[in-house]
Amino acid sequence: MSHPILACRGVAKLFGANAGRFVKDGRFSGSPEELAAAGVTAAVRDVDLDIARGETFVIMGLSGSGKSTLVRCLSALTPPSAGEVLFEDHDLMKMPEGDLIRIRRHQMGMVFQHFALLPHLTVLGNVAFPLDVQGMPRAKREERAHEMIKLVGLQGREGRFPRELSGGQQQRVGIARSLAVGPDLWFLDEPFSALDPLIRREMQDEVLRLQGMLKKTIIFITHDFDEAVRVADRIAIMKDGRIEQIGTAEELVLNPATDYVRAFTREAPRAKILTARSIMATPVDGADFAGEIQAGARIAAFAHDVEASPKPYAVVEDGKVIGVVDRLAMIDVLVGRERKSVAA
Amino acid sequence: MSFAESPSRSLELPRLPFRRLLWPAVLVATAILVMLPASALPAWAWKYPSAWQIPLSPWISAFMKWLMERASFGLFTVHDATRAFAWTLDLPLSFAKSLLATGFVQGLGSDAVTIVPAIPWFSMIMVSVVAAFAVGGRQLAIPMALGLVYLVVFGQWSSAMVTLASVLVSSILGSIGGLLLGLACVRWRALDRMVSPVLDVAQTMPVFAYLLPMLILFGFGPVSAMVATVIYAMPPMVRVSVIAIRAVPEEVLALGRMTGCTRRQLTWKMLVPTALPALMVGVNQVIMLSLNVVIIASMIGAGGLGWDVLSALRSLNIGAGLEAGVAITVLAVLLDRFAQALAVRSARPPMRDEAARLFRRRAIIVALALAVVLWLATAFQPEIAPYPDAWRLSTGPFWNQLVSWINITFFSTLEAIKTAILLNVLIPVKRFMLALPWPWVVAIVAIAGWRLGGWRLALTVGLMALFMAVVGLWQASMITVYLCGVSVIISALIGVPVGVAAAQRPKLWRVVEAVIDTLQTLPTFVYLIPIVMLFRVGDFTALIAIVLYAVAPAIRYTAHGVARISPHLIEAGAMNGCTRRQILTRIRLPLAIPEIMLGINQTIMLALSMLVITALVGTRDLGQVTFAALAKADVGAGLVAGFCVAFIGMIADRLISAGAARMKARRGLEA
Repeated sequence: MSHPILACRGVAKLFGANAGRFVKDGRFSGSPEELAAAGVTAAVRDVDLDIARGETFVIMGLSGSGKSTLVRCLSALTPPSAGEVLFEDHDLMKMPEGDLIRIRRHQMGMVFQHFALLPHLTVLGNVAFPLDVQGMPRAKREERAHEMIKLVGLQGREGRFPRELSGGQQQRVGIARSLAVGPDLWFLDEPFSALDPLIRREMQDEVLRLQGMLKKTIIFITHDFDEAVRVADRIAIMKDGRIEQIGTAEELVLNPATDYVRAFTREAPRAKILTARSIMATPVDGADFAGEIQAGARIAAFAHDVEASPKPYAVVEDGKVIGVVDRLAMIDVLVGRERKSVAA
Repeated sequence: MSFAESPSRSLELPRLPFRRLLWPAVLVATAILVMLPASALPAWAWKYPSAWQIPLSPWISAFMKWLMERASFGLFTVHDATRAFAWTLDLPLSFAKSLLATGFVQGLGSDAVTIVPAIPWFSMIMVSVVAAFAVGGRQLAIPMALGLVYLVVFGQWSSAMVTLASVLVSSILGSIGGLLLGLACVRWRALDRMVSPVLDVAQTMPVFAYLLPMLILFGFGPVSAMVATVIYAMPPMVRVSVIAIRAVPEEVLALGRMTGCTRRQLTWKMLVPTALPALMVGVNQVIMLSLNVVIIASMIGAGGLGWDVLSALRSLNIGAGLEAGVAITVLAVLLDRFAQALAVRSARPPMRDEAARLFRRRAIIVALALAVVLWLATAFQPEIAPYPDAWRLSTGPFWNQLVSWINITFFSTLEAIKTAILLNVLIPVKRFMLALPWPWVVAIVAIAGWRLGGWRLALTVGLMALFMAVVGLWQASMITVYLCGVSVIISALIGVPVGVAAAQRPKLWRVVEAVIDTLQTLPTFVYLIPIVMLFRVGDFTALIAIVLYAVAPAIRYTAHGVARISPHLIEAGAMNGCTRRQILTRIRLPLAIPEIMLGINQTIMLALSMLVITALVGTRDLGQVTFAALAKADVGAGLVAGFCVAFIGMIADRLISAGAARMKARRGLEA
């Protein structure tokens, strides 16, 4: 993480008439009591983030946790009250407007919760819109738009208007549009919250498929932990404008930093999150193994084998046995029982 | 004045009895004041002394004089600037007129040579019907054809085209201007705060009042009328634009910025297209208001249908007046339908079927080409252009006979109705209003403002009321209030029950809606024609015309308010064993009252705007003052009287809006 594509330092966003009082030299300071007394709301405070090139970073929290405000600060849609947002080491707030427009035109894309499709344009027109804004000639931008529409599986519907499409299809248009400029940084602001659960899963798979092909840096906002687990490399959990914890889904489940995170992850689908490495016990010399499991494999992938066998399985990494997993250990973890002998 | 002080003294009383007793006390005091002999109060309380008057109108007149004769920007005078402005505005206007009505002519008088003839009626009908078909399909094209054929057959064509030219140019200017001003208001909140009250005044002030300053600034001619039209028709467009642009979802704005739109791209590629369906509603309003004013303005010599109606009325040629009036109606309905179809179309995706679309496009191109060829043909064969006189129809004589028959047969009945209402309603109310001492009326208005919206509202409405006395137009203002008040009460007595009845019966509602839509589409002027025929001029005629024009919003808002109530509440009422009548009186009506009040508010506004037109049939109110000032070219008097009308409207508006808002808040309907 030596060279993050996007980073922020001490970002805070305050709302209220007296907000300026709590910012000094670009730093935010103030206790919740002082803020409340002045009638100021801190939607985001003291946020530090480093987002690595190519990772899928999920910001999750319930409504009112400040996640939407934070993403608006990260994309420079709202100027933060304090702190800095660095895109490839350049402060988005300090750069001239022309530079910011250039970065947005070529390096950023965003998908919105309510799709934000333009009602007067067709699917083709909507997808080509960001290119139109750049002044790209019609033939060229429509060719590119056709590619994107094909990518999201909407070919044949280019001439439709947004209101003629289902919600899932509309969001596919939103996705195609956000990818049309070939962005490096891809924001998805609660992209599937307005969709039915079944469609939501389908769309999550779509994002995973696209990410497998395109390898963008993704900042994904959601209030749904299952969704976060499905798509994320790392997850930041927000509460009351602060980040409670950042880590992989596995780290959050195994080592919750606060009670809030613990409560949040309690009902998480552990079998899909935890790997063999995190549940294995220290191997006893000369033990008899039923088979081998890769250290990075998730429980869901090997649970069936382990359950069926009375003997433990060996956990291997680079061909070396680094631990063992047996039925009991697996069940302990899945039902969330405290364990005494978790390997480091 | 001792009575006026009584409310402030009773402030020390405990809160609850004071609230309950305030309005009964005011009522009793008013009754006593009216019955007092003239000697009981000092003379200045009965009649505002002329020595205290502020000579506002001479000041304004003098200022205008100075502006036009002396004022200068250094290099050029104000006079030069306004005339240059008028000249610029005249370009599109005379172009449209030449194109539609007169043809492009070089030279003057008998030496005039037509270079390019105006579009002949057959080409114009073709173009309009094709445009109607393209925008609204067969349902629009057929009425368009029938309406235009009426204009030709009944010999109204050239007047109608003069009117149409003015309406088109002023609606285009008004729509674009309104949109730009609306966009500016969205961008700069401070501008919005400044513009909003100006719009209020511009909308409530009678058109006559600003025709005058326009005449002085821009010279006598159609341009002045057009500027006045645009000013009158623009406010709704500004309002609609502000609301429509603000209603664009925040995400769309964010999208614009994320895709790196410049400010201009954001406005013209995203905001305006996204808000287009709503904006078209504003355009429709601009067109209808423009037509309304163009008709009125044609009385000051701009020609067109309004002039035809007026001259027919003056010569008591009822038939001719009626035919021209119907022509205005036809024009109004066609324009309205066309604009509505445009609005609907902008909210709907175009045809999917590629072949049908291609066929339609070809058919349109062929029809247009044919129209152009025929037009060119008239340039070489001018004698084919006019509609042959032999084919012309007129129902004028029939109407003349019908009206004389009605007047002869039913004279005593009509006269009896008129006299009865005059003697029993109009004259007593008028006497009562004039008998009230002005300080007391100002005080009542202020108290109402204070009770409904606090001291700030009290100050605003109080000062507005005081203005009427201070400029010396108290009497005329009270006559306006009386005529307007009686009309509004009658409108409400008719409108509210009709609205309630219609809200619960969809079939009835369809009929009622068609009727009030038509009533509202007609230019104010048209109402006068049949009524003058039956009742001749006077307050009673004015009353009927006002009620007809102003009853529509009372019906519409009532029906809307009653129908809109949540079905859960109705179900709850039914489950509690309410009868239909109880559901109406216990649930629907109480909850609909805020909405009904807004309807009454609209009724008052329409009544005021109609009232000024009725000055033409000899009322003695502010409308007459404005109208007389127009005849005498007395800018100051016209403007001041116009302000009085505007203030009456604004007092009513502010008080009713405050009341409705308070009631809504109390019932938890809206914050």
